[in-house]
Amino acid sequence: MSAAMNILLIEDNPGDCELMQEALSEVAVPHRLEICQDGAAALARLRKRADGTPAPRPDLILLDLNMPRMDGREFLAARKADPDLLEIPVIVLTTSEADSDIRSSYRLHANAFVTKPFDFGDFTETARRIAGFWSEIAIVPTKA
Amino acid sequence: MQATETTAVRDVEILLVEDEPGDVELTRAAIADARALRLHVEMDGHAALDFLHRRNGREHAPRPDLVLLDLNLPGLDGRDLLIELKTNPAMVEIPVVVLSGSTAPNEIQRAYRRCANAYIVKPFEHDKLVAIIRAVSSFWIETARLPPRQKDSGAAS
Repeated sequence: MSAAMNILLIEDNPGDCELMQEALSEVAVPHRLEICQDGAAALARLRKRADGTPAPRPDLILLDLNMPRMDGREFLAARKADPDLLEIPVIVLTTSEADSDIRSSYRLHANAFVTKPFDFGDFTETARRIAGFWSEIAIVPTKA
Repeated sequence: MQATETTAVRDVEILLVEDEPGDVELTRAAIADARALRLHVEMDGHAALDFLHRRNGREHAPRPDLVLLDLNLPGLDGRDLLIELKTNPAMVEIPVVVLSGSTAPNEIQRAYRRCANAYIVKPFEHDKLVAIIRAVSSFWIETARLPPRQKDSGAAS
């Protein structure tokens, strides 16, 4: 895909946001990264504006699970009921390895569940693989 | 990146639902070298549903960890099979990667709305198809985490 990939990161921890910015900057996939600090802010960002005009769509969402206000699970539940939002692939990106988190994320139609590695080198490699798969292998509706 | 296996290693079971024998062979070739991976193939939608429900001669079928689904199938269509998978509580967790020859935006949109986990356009060149199948299995098995195997509670219904 030639056009840059628009990635929306939903993450409340500023350190983790910075880490993702750094990791993606080392990845060869042209991209723009936007950040929302919780699920509610992301829903407001993704839904139609008050004047009815559609909001610009990210190509991919990276979603943390544990956040204040509206967490990742609640975000997924809200998205599940909205066919427009189901069209945007959501990758859950979390430090959790719990079976219950993996299962509930897939049940709520997360497109994939990825456990965040602690080591920065591994984290960058994970970011590279996610960005690579969703820009070069899978086709997303926004790039169709 | 090192894999952090916390549970006993077991084979990853992939169900390929594909009616085109050439594509089946290429998929087999693509993952032939992968360790701990078993490919099961069903060539029409009804047979795939029997596999998933473990019935009509497929009582011993394993629960797949990943489904690769062609959209154009004889019998039950891939689009209908996708709906069936993603509306059945016993199967909804299983990631479904749609493999399709179609680049039509409508088809792609519809697949994601029906909760396909990813949509892949099958390239015509054999080498490229093999590379894509490898990339798909490597993303789902090495980068992402597949849903853990449930305590086997008998056939999905």
